[in-house]
Amino acid sequence: MLSRVAESLYWLGRYHERAENTARLIKVNANLILDLPKGLVPDWEPLITILGITELYNERHSEITERRIINYLISDEHNPDSILSCLSLMRENARTIREILPREGWEVINAMYNNAVDNKAMSYARHSRLEYLSEITNGLQLLTGLLAGSMNHDKGYVFLNLGRKLERADMTTRIIDVRAENTIPDDVPELKPFEDMLWMSMLKSLSAYQMYRQTMQVRIQRNAVLNFLFCGNKFPRAVTFCVENMNYYLNDLPNNESCIKLLDKLSKTLSKAVQRSQDNESLHEYIDDVQIQLANVHNQICITYFPDLE
Amino acid sequence: MNVNFDAFKDHPFYDELITDKGNARAYARKLYSFISKLKSEELNDRQKGAELAIKQMGITFRVYSKEEGAIDRVWPFDIIPRIIPQKEWQTVEEGLKQRVQALNMFIDDLYHDQKIIKDKVFPASVLADSVNFREQCVGVDTPKGVWAHICGSDLVRNSDGIMYVLEDNLRVPSGVSYMLENRLVTKRVWPELFETYSPLPIDDYPADLFDTLASLSPRPGDTPEIVVLTPGIFNSAYFEHAYLAQQMGCELVEGRDLVVQDDDCVYMKNIDGLSRVDVIYRRIDDLFIDPEAFDKDSMLGVPGLIRAWRAGNVAMANAPGAGVADDKVVYSYVPEIIKYYLDQDAIVPNVPTWRCMDKDSLKYVLEHMEELVVKPANESGGYGMLIGPASTRAEREKFSKLIQADPRNYIAQPTLGISTVPTAVQGNVEPRHVDLRPFVLSGEDIKVTTGGLTRVALRKGSLVVNSSQGGGSKDTWIVGD
Repeated sequence: MLSRVAESLYWLGRYHERAENTARLIKVNANLILDLPKGLVPDWEPLITILGITELYNERHSEITERRIINYLISDEHNPDSILSCLSLMRENARTIREILPREGWEVINAMYNNAVDNKAMSYARHSRLEYLSEITNGLQLLTGLLAGSMNHDKGYVFLNLGRKLERADMTTRIIDVRAENTIPDDVPELKPFEDMLWMSMLKSLSAYQMYRQTMQVRIQRNAVLNFLFCGNKFPRAVTFCVENMNYYLNDLPNNESCIKLLDKLSKTLSKAVQRSQDNESLHEYIDDVQIQLANVHNQICITYFPDLE
Repeated sequence: MNVNFDAFKDHPFYDELITDKGNARAYARKLYSFISKLKSEELNDRQKGAELAIKQMGITFRVYSKEEGAIDRVWPFDIIPRIIPQKEWQTVEEGLKQRVQALNMFIDDLYHDQKIIKDKVFPASVLADSVNFREQCVGVDTPKGVWAHICGSDLVRNSDGIMYVLEDNLRVPSGVSYMLENRLVTKRVWPELFETYSPLPIDDYPADLFDTLASLSPRPGDTPEIVVLTPGIFNSAYFEHAYLAQQMGCELVEGRDLVVQDDDCVYMKNIDGLSRVDVIYRRIDDLFIDPEAFDKDSMLGVPGLIRAWRAGNVAMANAPGAGVADDKVVYSYVPEIIKYYLDQDAIVPNVPTWRCMDKDSLKYVLEHMEELVVKPANESGGYGMLIGPASTRAEREKFSKLIQADPRNYIAQPTLGISTVPTAVQGNVEPRHVDLRPFVLSGEDIKVTTGGLTRVALRKGSLVVNSSQGGGSKDTWIVGD
């Protein structure tokens, strides 16, 4: 397997999850707006912070409004992480490895991008925005199934999945972070019921609600949700699941020792999720730690498998 | 309103499907009656359906413009197929095999003993001025003496009804992927037509190409490692490079993916180190392929590639230097070349050609420029030529100077009455000019594609079929009698 091709597949996987999870992130925030009582309406600003693109945003816009932020996250080509940018980068990466992907895979990516561009206007209005985002997540799920069912599960597939699982783990922590940013003030007891509802809303945006109920057998509550999303090894968007999955795929690759060592360290950190995040501030710090370790894994993958390409 | 063929009455050119009386030719009757029964809107819908399918399939080519930079354009396609009867095609096929065989013998001779020059059939002066002759290739023995493994020859039919060879592309001819995709699109758009017609299949091309490439491997016995070498996604034919690699199950590589080691072997850079490459189907021009041997500033090539090729450690298709025969002056000698090497007369004729390097011809060309088409010897893509009847006085004066400054680099041909094919235009059919590019593979044996790529000049009256200049294409059917 050519290093350049491996790298393109890895990034195809990363942009795939980035697009999908950015859509989920916007959905979770939009649902919060619907669920919360008036006067507690959450901001859109934390999304920018949590995605780590505040500086880029400020270069382009001087004020923060829902519409500006939504456009920036969904369709602005100047934002390298916007959903459309991700779809476009997926398409460009897929184009350079068109001979590796099954033909239908390329056609889905191509059609998804064309549709997303053609229907861009749907994302502007609140009433059609969720439908627009669902079409994108559905298209990406279709691609996942198509590649799983029609591509050789060889080293190329391994790199695609390494990229996907790493990005997904990272984005799941960011989605949790959005939730943690929107807290219910302790001094207003009548708002207490909303606290659990918010966790439920977040689970739904990760398509995790039903799976949570089945696995955890307890009602929705903060620590159980954190445990499920950080330490779960059955739910495919849980961070531990992603890390174990990466470990599994790395076993098929040569020279994997350094990468696996970093993943083992990360697994240990993940097992301490609940005890290290008793309040939202420590949760935030804990998430930072997990994200830094994921970045280290990414760097190690690049050093090991995609050296000196230029 | 139904689709009608009124535009073909008193049509001054030979049409591939319609006679000059406005009736369908025998092999086109069923197609004619099918189309005549359609409403204009239906024809339009089918055309739109094809365009949508092409967009979804991502069949594109890249063009460059000063204003917009590189843009990915959807491949322009016309839904009405061009039909050629099998009996006629068999003759053309024989003619192409004969032609390519002779051209390969000619190239091999030029890089070895140059017998054809010693025997005064081909002038030494033409070779001396050839821009595509490569010193680096002299004395190299290629497998079975074949240099141009993939040749794309452009054919046109003149008003006399005869098919002529217009030029031979022996460097990196492109278009075959569009030929294959056109058939898929046609099947999607006109499934009913395939109930009445059974055009001969064309889809064995990728397998034939693979076999041709595999037969060149310097390590026979092993499963050869074959790669397609592309300049990258910015090349106008990148779609085709990726397509062929995908269809053959080969790696698509860029120059930066390959390295030549001290053992003069070529390796590709993998996630677990280097692995050896046996055959390179290169889609990069000679001059950019190896900065060590040719253009030092080339970023696309692989340093040392020519060294490895000369040492016989890697095969390249087409071989470097094969372009020496891809020259319009050489073209004018092809009938003599066929006679010299095969002792046969050319089966498919050349278009009569005046070589400006001959004094008498030069005089004739300068005096008759208004009637002639003047072409530079080494351009492709329809660039740098003068179409006499459509030219202005200023253009002719400019060309007159160009030709006299460098007569070796120009040829002239009569303006042909190139044939047309009915083409969908706003819900009706109108004649548009076409050419035909079949592809010829030479390895263990010689194979010709069943038909080829029909390119069509979509603008009314235009003769320029190149996709970069307003041309499109059609599916090409070879049908039994």
